[in-house]
Amino acid sequence: MTDQRLSLSLAAAIAASLSLAPVAGHAQETFKIGLVNFLSGPAADAFGVPSMNGGVLMVEALNAGQVPAPYDGQTGIGGLPIEFVQIDESGGAQVQIQRYRDLVEREEVDAVLGYDGSGDCLAIAPVADELQTVTIFSGCGTTRLFEEASYDYVFRAGAHTTMDNVALAHYIKRTMPETKTVAGLNQNYSWGQDSWRDFTAALTLLMPEVEIGPELFPEPGAGQYGSQISVLMRAKPDVVHSSLWGGDLEAFLLQAGPRQLFARSHVVFNMAEHVLPRMGEKAPVGLITGGRGAVGELRPRTELADWFYEAYAEAYGIPAVQGPFRFVQTILALKTAAEIAMAENGGTKPTDEEIAAALAGLVFETPSGTVEMALADGHQAIQGAAIGIAAWNDELGRLELTEVEHFAARCVNPPAGVTSLEWIEGGMVGAECE
Amino acid sequence: MDIALTILVDGLIYGAWLFLVAIGLTLVFGIMKILNVAHGALYAVGAYAGASLVGGYLFATPPAALQLPLLIVAALGVALLLGPLLEGVLLRLFYGRDEVVILLATFALSLIIEDLIKQVWGVYSYYVSEPYALFGVIEAGPLFYVGYDAFLIVVAALVGLGASAFLRLTRQGKIVVAMIHDSEICRAMGVNVSRAYLWTFTVGVFLAALAGALIAPTLAVTPTMGVNAIILSFAVVVIGGLGSVEGAALGALIVGCTRAATVHLWPEGELFIVYAVMAAVLAVRPRGLFGMPEGRKI
Amino acid sequence: MTLRPSPAPAGRALGLAAAVASAILALLLLAGWAAPSWAIYTATIALAKGLVVLGLVMLLRMGLISFGHGMFYCFGAYVSGLLASGAGLTDALALTLAATLGTAALGLLLGLLLAGYRGVFFAMFNLALSMILYGALLKSVSLGGSDGVSVPAPSYFGLVPPDGMRSLAAYGFVATIACAAGFLLWLVSRSQLGLVLLGVKGNEIRLDYLGISARRLILVAYVLSAALAGMGGSLVAIVSGHVIPEMAYWTTSGEFVFITVLSGPGSISGAFAGAGVFEAVRLATGQYLPNAWQLLLGGFLLLVILFLPDGISSLARRRTGTADASAPPAGRVQGEG
Repeated sequence: MTDQRLSLSLAAAIAASLSLAPVAGHAQETFKIGLVNFLSGPAADAFGVPSMNGGVLMVEALNAGQVPAPYDGQTGIGGLPIEFVQIDESGGAQVQIQRYRDLVEREEVDAVLGYDGSGDCLAIAPVADELQTVTIFSGCGTTRLFEEASYDYVFRAGAHTTMDNVALAHYIKRTMPETKTVAGLNQNYSWGQDSWRDFTAALTLLMPEVEIGPELFPEPGAGQYGSQISVLMRAKPDVVHSSLWGGDLEAFLLQAGPRQLFARSHVVFNMAEHVLPRMGEKAPVGLITGGRGAVGELRPRTELADWFYEAYAEAYGIPAVQGPFRFVQTILALKTAAEIAMAENGGTKPTDEEIAAALAGLVFETPSGTVEMALADGHQAIQGAAIGIAAWNDELGRLELTEVEHFAARCVNPPAGVTSLEWIEGGMVGAECE
Repeated sequence: MDIALTILVDGLIYGAWLFLVAIGLTLVFGIMKILNVAHGALYAVGAYAGASLVGGYLFATPPAALQLPLLIVAALGVALLLGPLLEGVLLRLFYGRDEVVILLATFALSLIIEDLIKQVWGVYSYYVSEPYALFGVIEAGPLFYVGYDAFLIVVAALVGLGASAFLRLTRQGKIVVAMIHDSEICRAMGVNVSRAYLWTFTVGVFLAALAGALIAPTLAVTPTMGVNAIILSFAVVVIGGLGSVEGAALGALIVGCTRAATVHLWPEGELFIVYAVMAAVLAVRPRGLFGMPEGRKI
Repeated sequence: MTLRPSPAPAGRALGLAAAVASAILALLLLAGWAAPSWAIYTATIALAKGLVVLGLVMLLRMGLISFGHGMFYCFGAYVSGLLASGAGLTDALALTLAATLGTAALGLLLGLLLAGYRGVFFAMFNLALSMILYGALLKSVSLGGSDGVSVPAPSYFGLVPPDGMRSLAAYGFVATIACAAGFLLWLVSRSQLGLVLLGVKGNEIRLDYLGISARRLILVAYVLSAALAGMGGSLVAIVSGHVIPEMAYWTTSGEFVFITVLSGPGSISGAFAGAGVFEAVRLATGQYLPNAWQLLLGGFLLLVILFLPDGISSLARRRTGTADASAPPAGRVQGEG
């Protein structure tokens, strides 16, 4: 079974990284990074393990100099081989602070990359500044991170929650202009609440005549959506918006499919892309989704994107989804910034201050397209979004996202200096949509 | 379909699932006085076993007629393998210790099982949705229900009636009831309590695994699927009164219908409605609805 | 019968215990000064969580287990967190006192209801209440929802430690509070109140015959344990700089029960030692075996409860062969007949 092979190879990778640990500080200088994501708990299969797989793949390819342009220059980071330590993100914010401090103070990593949980990011950020260690977040979506505080050493190399929900609103206006009623099914915790808030704000701005309701807020981890499906079937909304993910999303798709929800309403998701390759024919045709950026099958068809997609499929036997795409953005941001800093300081290993200075406002290429650290004084990334519709592909033997609509980064992200909600409620002034 | 009727049907479906998970928990507690925290992890193992046999992971997907029997076989396999192993080798070491120590032992066990699941099956979800289509789709007004959910209600009713009949009508059942009340006296009367414990625990594992295997077709099988199930079934058995089959049934119905009503009428309350019901029941009936007062010993 | 501290520990024993507590504190501070920086944070958290465990140890001595003390831990943390972030109060001592008193009040309110419950029902009622708090916090967008609340860096008696000293200052503060609380609890466990507490587990009816209300005893112990949990939560909030609803989730409460059994009911220092061992084992397994740390943690717990039935605290006694100064003199009271 591929799963066993995966966990074995992961175990081997960990064993390898462990056996490397004592070698640290030995003749050759290295660049040591901590990679953090969920290896257990509900987010492990959806995001954590694929992210780690993608991260390990990218680090090894960078060390071997196999990554295509623009990363075909120096191996590793500025010629220094990259060494990594993997950490499990599960256990809650307090545990993560502990593990973060251990990474920085005992393992003495040069930078920490990762984190998908918003609570974890909010908790780690002040600690990163206290310990003055470059820390680049990958998946956490909360807009609070840089809208309520500012940090010197903390960056987020992927877009926040707002983007995909604004893109969905644009998508509905563009492709389903006849929409009259929209219902929501979002989990009752920050991710779900924020997604629904941004989506409804953007949609009521773009399509003021649309009626909102019912608004469902299932408990995270519920796994049983029978009652919610009944509510949606009775209300017969034109569109249902959902930010479900992982096992809960899969359960919802498996339960809602036979109950004809997809035959009655358009169901749009902001991040359901990640379950499609594994669910194969079990996911419903007609599902509309983004993937928090142009990732996986939604990716821009560049050499870098195609190389990553194919290398991942070859290494792990399954297509890369949003987790790995997002995670490698942190690695590439670090590599680009560190090499800029090295070019300026004469080629020595850069300090955290130097890397942080180079990261602020950085523009860099990733498998998900060009990413620009445009917001929060150059600490928060914006990138393009993409939304597609699931259709059966006989050749692949599974559902595929087709009719992909791309949205420019500056169309679906707020401009600098204004919070997301203010921007949306103020009429999305400054949005550059073509 | 009328909203009250919809709530009732939704509640019944949810309650059937809860009851299937909770009945093993309540029996093991009633007889062995063990609150088995690992019940949720065993439920997950049952789901994985069912998915492996029927979902096309080990063999090709079996023909429709064999799918349900194979799910039950999977649960039996889990019970016969893990029941004697866990009770005979592990739990036995802790008998005679405080209830809380045994509870902690099962908590440790659930941590171990959850990680072992990841080692054996990996972290990615398994799907076994084929049986979900076995009983077709039932149209009811604006709604469509899945026949398999009706089948689960029937199974839950049969399991409950079966357990109840066993306890009331058979000799072994009466011994078990006696053990629920006082296992020390039973021992003195010549009941082989140790063998009864082995059987009880194995049946408990079977019921957990059966719930897992039968629910697996309706959702994605993941390593953490037991976490939510175990805490909800705690609520169900505490509401009903620990150790009582009838109590678990009533508890499951109450929780199922309240949750369904909350989703329909006050969606944001779903987060804590189950615990609010549990607290309210305990405040009025300190030992649950069917709980029996404990004799005071001087 | 009214309960008051018995005169026995007054005088020499009291002075000795105070000296022991001060000596332990001095040792802790010295160790903190000498320890590598990475160990400081984990030690601080362990001391703070040790306070929660201390409260649970008190309940355990009465034969009661709460599967919901995460509620008080979380409540204390949020009181501190919200006072600091919302009202701008940053003095660590003031925050901790406010959180402790606030949690004690909540403990009294709930304790009036819960004191009549025993066994599994006591454990589960606590669990239900803690899950209600968890749900309410998750849903409260204005309180940060599931992402929680950031707590600004604390000040100590008007002084704000510089960046490099923050961990050490926090450690010193938490160690001082922990030693003071430990000493006070030692006094309680030596008092008549502490001794009759054991009777609740032993045999309530005999207590009745002595004219002591088990219900009232449980209420007192419950409020104390709630206050200790709130204190621990407040310290964790101040030290970590972030509070989340998960602090009230049932697995957090389970973790505290886990540490309590790991520590054993024997001693006060054992509660802190147990918390330290737990945090260290979890950190080490999480860091080196990110895929199997739960398995190792579970295995470790099984071994401890199997081979050290009275917890880690019994290890010290076994080795030295002397009685732990803080152990209740009556030892464990077994319920007979």
